[in-house]
Amino acid sequence: MLTRRTLMAATAAAPLVATEAATEAHAATPKNVVVMAKQIDDVISFDPAEAYEFTNNEVNGNVYRRLVAPDPANTSRVIGDLAQSWTISKDGLTFTFKLKTNAKFPSGKTLTAEDVQFSLSRVVKLNKAPAFIITQFGFTKDNVDTLIVAKDPTTLVMTLPDSAAPSFVLFCLSAAVGSVVEKATVMAHDVGGDLGNAWLKNHSAGAGAYQLTDWVASDHITIDANPHSGIPTGVKRIAIRHVADPSAQLLLLQKGDADIARDLTPDLLTKIKAEKAFAVTASGQGASMYIAMNQAMPELQKVQVHQAIKWAIDYEAIAKNITPNQWVVAQGFLPPGLPGAMTAKPFHKDVAKAKALLAEAGYPNGFSVTMDFISVAPYGDIAQAIQADLAAVGIKVSLLPGEQKQVITKTRARTHQLAILVWGTDYFDPNSNAQAWCENPDDSDNSKLKILAWRSHYVDKELNDMAVAASKELDGAKRIKMYEDMQVKFTQRAPFAMVLQKISSAALGKGVSGFVIGPLPDFTKFSNIKKA
Amino acid sequence: MKRRFGRLAGTASSLLITLFGLVLVTFLIGRVMPIDPVIAIVGDHAPEDVIARVRVELGLDKPLVIQFGIYVWQLLHGDLGHSVMTSNTVVQDIQRYFPATIELATYAIIIATLIGVPLGVLAAVRAGSKTDIGIRILCLAGHSIPIFLLALMSLLVFYAKLGWAPGTGRADVGFEGMDPVVTGFLTIDTALAQDWDAFHDALAHLAQPAGVLAYFSMAYIARMTRAFMLDALAGEYVITARAKGLSSLRVIWRHAFGNIAVRLITVLALTYAGLLEGAVVTETVFSWPGLGQYLTVSLLNADMNAVLGATLVVGLIYMALNLLADALYKLLDPRVS
Repeated sequence: MLTRRTLMAATAAAPLVATEAATEAHAATPKNVVVMAKQIDDVISFDPAEAYEFTNNEVNGNVYRRLVAPDPANTSRVIGDLAQSWTISKDGLTFTFKLKTNAKFPSGKTLTAEDVQFSLSRVVKLNKAPAFIITQFGFTKDNVDTLIVAKDPTTLVMTLPDSAAPSFVLFCLSAAVGSVVEKATVMAHDVGGDLGNAWLKNHSAGAGAYQLTDWVASDHITIDANPHSGIPTGVKRIAIRHVADPSAQLLLLQKGDADIARDLTPDLLTKIKAEKAFAVTASGQGASMYIAMNQAMPELQKVQVHQAIKWAIDYEAIAKNITPNQWVVAQGFLPPGLPGAMTAKPFHKDVAKAKALLAEAGYPNGFSVTMDFISVAPYGDIAQAIQADLAAVGIKVSLLPGEQKQVITKTRARTHQLAILVWGTDYFDPNSNAQAWCENPDDSDNSKLKILAWRSHYVDKELNDMAVAASKELDGAKRIKMYEDMQVKFTQRAPFAMVLQKISSAALGKGVSGFVIGPLPDFTKFSNIKKA
Repeated sequence: MKRRFGRLAGTASSLLITLFGLVLVTFLIGRVMPIDPVIAIVGDHAPEDVIARVRVELGLDKPLVIQFGIYVWQLLHGDLGHSVMTSNTVVQDIQRYFPATIELATYAIIIATLIGVPLGVLAAVRAGSKTDIGIRILCLAGHSIPIFLLALMSLLVFYAKLGWAPGTGRADVGFEGMDPVVTGFLTIDTALAQDWDAFHDALAHLAQPAGVLAYFSMAYIARMTRAFMLDALAGEYVITARAKGLSSLRVIWRHAFGNIAVRLITVLALTYAGLLEGAVVTETVFSWPGLGQYLTVSLLNADMNAVLGATLVVGLIYMALNLLADALYKLLDPRVS
């Protein structure tokens, strides 16, 4: 019976109980578990035919395998992942893959060519957001089953409807959307012909080092080692916990409640770098920050104005003072790390040159313009720095902050003037960015290709044709040279000022090692993570 | 009997009109936001045919009136639609996220009430004294310091420096998913499973966010209690009670406090409702997977079914708590008919 005395005693004891529990609770994380503090509220689905965000692609990169993958030692070429070898016909249309026989799903079954055929066909038939990476070669739901065929359990033959550069095809197959799912498991969960899409949103059926065990949106993701994969893993479980606040991530890392912190701000990274017990790993990403100049605005149409804006910006000051450890200067549309990357930095702050170019364009006193930007750090500070740089040459910029999707919606409607935006490459081939920034064959509202060039009314026939030609070039070395040439022309005349390249950093806790961040989210690997 | 039925009908119709208004306004705000919900779902890079198809799948190609009609029709059938962010039905999401918020808010309001009300009474009784000034400063700080700062300071002091409290989240990794979900309230579920280690862990994880929210709410409750009590203590019936020689405690708690109870209930009900829907910042700092965080993430991603569903739940709670306050008025004050 609950008496007043017992109630009072219980009340008095409660803080002691809580304190004791707390002391026990925040001991170091279990040895076989790596706890990662990360912002994970971007995840919509784990189905590789649908996943198109950062976190889910990163997890899928560890849960699924693909036919081929970029060679970590030389990212301009691909190596086999599931594929033991492959041959390409002389006309570049037929690819024949021989599969390894040691890849196994968590069910214990061996991965076969039939699983690969099903997976690629499934992507085309579902036609979700990332499907274009495969369908851009001409595959449709009507022809895919005749063009991609499993000849036997270890042989897959893929015939392209249209010619394309072999490296382009292979890099696209190395994208997350090329992940191979277990046909039998997925079809056992088919509901109303959805090819298991609803089930795969929060389950997995891959032959990667890990398997998805649990996902609660905006809370946690748990992946456990796939016991049959044959890929050694340093730890049995990776627990990714949603910690939105970077300061809270740092605290958890310092107290040993998290082993890896993924979203530390530049100042926090500087702080943790100074502490000997912790390590920081970083990698350049296939993500670029740039200024788009909408050609619908008369003042922004002349090449001299494009160049004036590019010469007005103090790139190094922005990278050094606002985004240390987070963004670095990169001025090509292919940032370092990607095949065909441009490492040269042709522009630096030169006020006199920028003013002269403006005068040559007919704007000796400058002009007024608005600039949209995403209203979260570090974009606000960067926008202000660029505003000051442009003011120095006479261009008066009014800043228009907005939520990320609001800014994107506006630029897709082509109603912006200047806009600071970020673009992440879709797949590890130069065509992804070359097409985005250079191809705009139809500038009308009915265009089927409404990406970056279209969104700023940028029509450049020479660059457009060069991008198309490069995507079909059979000679790999010649193809890379074409992208390098394109970037030289692009940087000089395109209405896009390429400013920075994203650096992804992670702080590792005491005794944690082996975490490798890839240039794209799906190339980030967990299997080598070890705890001392 | 007829009058009572009339009152009930009036209350019910008033509730329905309020709910309809809430749904309509939230729906319209969602549709006029300068964010394309399709882009929020398929991303910035998706090709035009996919964007067009998803727009049709979501019914966004239909006129606004038709879209609203479809939503209301589904709502009347208990269908709040699917969340694009989580792939679950919104009802499933609310069942998953809301208990975390209720648990947090309930502990917070209990702590805030148990401390705030006596402090408010004490400050009023000793108005102008050092005790009063001390309590007022304490309350002023609680009410004026931004809650994100309080939350971060709490983490820094009680977690990082003193090590008294665990880090963020509802439970440590080792306890996650160990016990069956019965009520969704972690402290209750772990107690039901008699998993006392997990129970202690859940309680320890609750302590900080609940404490921060409690301090914030306590400041308001204590200030309001003090103001009500000052008013009551100046009443003639209190002077009469003192003149009759009643003990000080009896005068304060029975006569004065008894008379402010009705007004205090409104304050407590609204504070509790505010905690249920307004703990977003605290939930974010402490990575607490509650309704506030769900609503915020959904809003930023233009996940309108989730936003509408969560808003509806919050609206219903406000109404329910208002009704509860009305019922308590009648119980505590016989003059209220």
